[in-house]
Amino acid sequence: MEKVKQKDLILYSGLIILGLAAPYLFSAFKVQLTYLCVLIVLAMTWNLQGGEMGYNTFGNILFYGLGMYLTASVQVGMFFPLAEWTESGGEKTFVHTTAQYFQGIGVGLLVAAIIPTIIAGAIGYAILGLRGHYFAICTLGLGIAAGEIAGGIEIIGAGQGFTTPPFPAEIVDAEARGKFFYFLSFALLIGTFIFVKYIYGSRFRLILNAIRDNEDKAEAMGIQTMKYKIVGWMCSAFFCGLAGGIMGGLIGYIDSTDVAFDGREMGVFMVLMAILGGKGTLWGPVIGATLFHFFKEGLWTLILGWQYVALGVLIVVIVVYFPEGLMGWLREKYPERFGEVIDEKDRKAQVELK
Amino acid sequence: MDFLIFKAPMLMVQASLDGILLGILFALIAYGMALQWGVMNIINIAQGDLVILGGYIAYTIYLWGIHPAWGVIISPIIMFFVGWGLYKLVINKVVDRDLFISILATFGIAIVFQQLMNFIFGADVVVAQSEYGTTMLFDNSVTLPNSKIFSAFISVLYAVALVIYMRKSKLGRAIRATAQNARAAKILGVDTEKVYAATFGINAALCGIAGALISITLTLHPYVGLPYTVRSFMIVIVAGLGNLPAVAVSGMGLGLFEEFADYILGTEFRIGAVFLLLVLILVYRRFKLSRKREYLK
Repeated sequence: MEKVKQKDLILYSGLIILGLAAPYLFSAFKVQLTYLCVLIVLAMTWNLQGGEMGYNTFGNILFYGLGMYLTASVQVGMFFPLAEWTESGGEKTFVHTTAQYFQGIGVGLLVAAIIPTIIAGAIGYAILGLRGHYFAICTLGLGIAAGEIAGGIEIIGAGQGFTTPPFPAEIVDAEARGKFFYFLSFALLIGTFIFVKYIYGSRFRLILNAIRDNEDKAEAMGIQTMKYKIVGWMCSAFFCGLAGGIMGGLIGYIDSTDVAFDGREMGVFMVLMAILGGKGTLWGPVIGATLFHFFKEGLWTLILGWQYVALGVLIVVIVVYFPEGLMGWLREKYPERFGEVIDEKDRKAQVELK
Repeated sequence: MDFLIFKAPMLMVQASLDGILLGILFALIAYGMALQWGVMNIINIAQGDLVILGGYIAYTIYLWGIHPAWGVIISPIIMFFVGWGLYKLVINKVVDRDLFISILATFGIAIVFQQLMNFIFGADVVVAQSEYGTTMLFDNSVTLPNSKIFSAFISVLYAVALVIYMRKSKLGRAIRATAQNARAAKILGVDTEKVYAATFGINAALCGIAGALISITLTLHPYVGLPYTVRSFMIVIVAGLGNLPAVAVSGMGLGLFEEFADYILGTEFRIGAVFLLLVLILVYRRFKLSRKREYLK
């Protein structure tokens, strides 16, 4: 037992050192690394619903987009009139000072974490009462409706988009912007990982699993399933909102349907990454997101123009032939590594049954 | 938001007629969705993209100089084989599995279709000119394109033909038997695999008809498929599976809702209103069902 813990310690400290050193080692890929952190966060939080709770949501993109708009709006609105900013394309007429920029993004991220969480709690009772595919379609509609509605609201830029405040020009170091957003997202990643790992060791996870396996029975056992479902969704909303806020600052431009409520990309990516890695596992989404990101960045440029076709085919192939994911496959192959004891007789009997 | 519609009663007549004619078209797509949902237990997210593909087929023959109305005959024939091929390639592997698998798999198919259509037909908004002219009603205050009347007429015609086919023909009976109990149908000698493929093909053909009609009444664009999927999904959950009159009525209701939302909220919120309505309907349904459950307790 002692040995395993030591192994874990080495693994985690190694990963943290790697994460801290990454922007210096691969300084040309800082933006990609930031993306990777955000993708892992999204996949891990999706896994709380889709993997642990059995509620396959397409709606976490709602919190991501909300977080993005909220951060940018607060960051601008704290110091300048928001309507004039979005109308004039922003950065030309008003300039944030360095202090204003960081104050703004700090408060903005705080708001971006809190408000989506509250919204998740508020709509949770209505939405999470749906089961199975009704839930999936409902959340799909929720994400797209949010995008369409945001695209019609004038004060946040409507169809022409919202330019987020540019990084303060007084900081001359050209690397600073990339490093700032990378470390922000890396901190978010560590926070998310610690939180999810804590959940994995707690009773909360067992309740979520009970909901996944048989919700009616869980209810009959005296678990107030609705309460736990809503809390689970609020946890996801918290981290998704933060991830969205960071992404908005990094991209520098918010479009309602292509960047913020981007159901076609991010909304599908987070599902795909979690399934690719293996849903219902701690490391699955991390590995899935990393693999997916490398695949995407490596192949996207080779098959320019065909990337969405490749993405669609990838979805079909993964979902149809590989629904258990990488971790599920490993588990099937080396069950003893996962602490599962196999009854040889039982296994033989099952093989015969097949 | 200027609520012009409440000041001018003629606009209401206009919106109602537009909505009803449009709704009949939606009902046709929804009928296809109800068919595959009832028979194969599959929710097809690519439904709308099949519609758009059917529309592009009609648009292509229009570009060749043939009148686009012939699309309502040519497009379903081609789309039937597209649907059949799609079934053999992907859908047959997800039929017996979790519904979410079919949702995600068809989502992937939808993305592939969108992008391929974008490559082949370009990203411009296109429309096939039918040159049917317009009918003026009530002292020229209500304009009704004849193409819309034509499309509603054709939709009804095909729907009635399909209902008769399902009642009378051997394949129709096999499809209905499979919908009731696939296992029993199999035991009694129905080739369910073939029935599934045919069902998916018929669904795609219905989408082809609807698409061809959309190409002359509305506009086509590679990425507007998803709203059609959501509309048909909505109609099916309101109407229930296998209840054709209810499908027609709720289709028209949806058409009316959309036209009025268009006038009252503005065109930029039209699609948003459709998706919001979906969420509201599902939430309403959830509360209704949960009351029923409490009653049973």
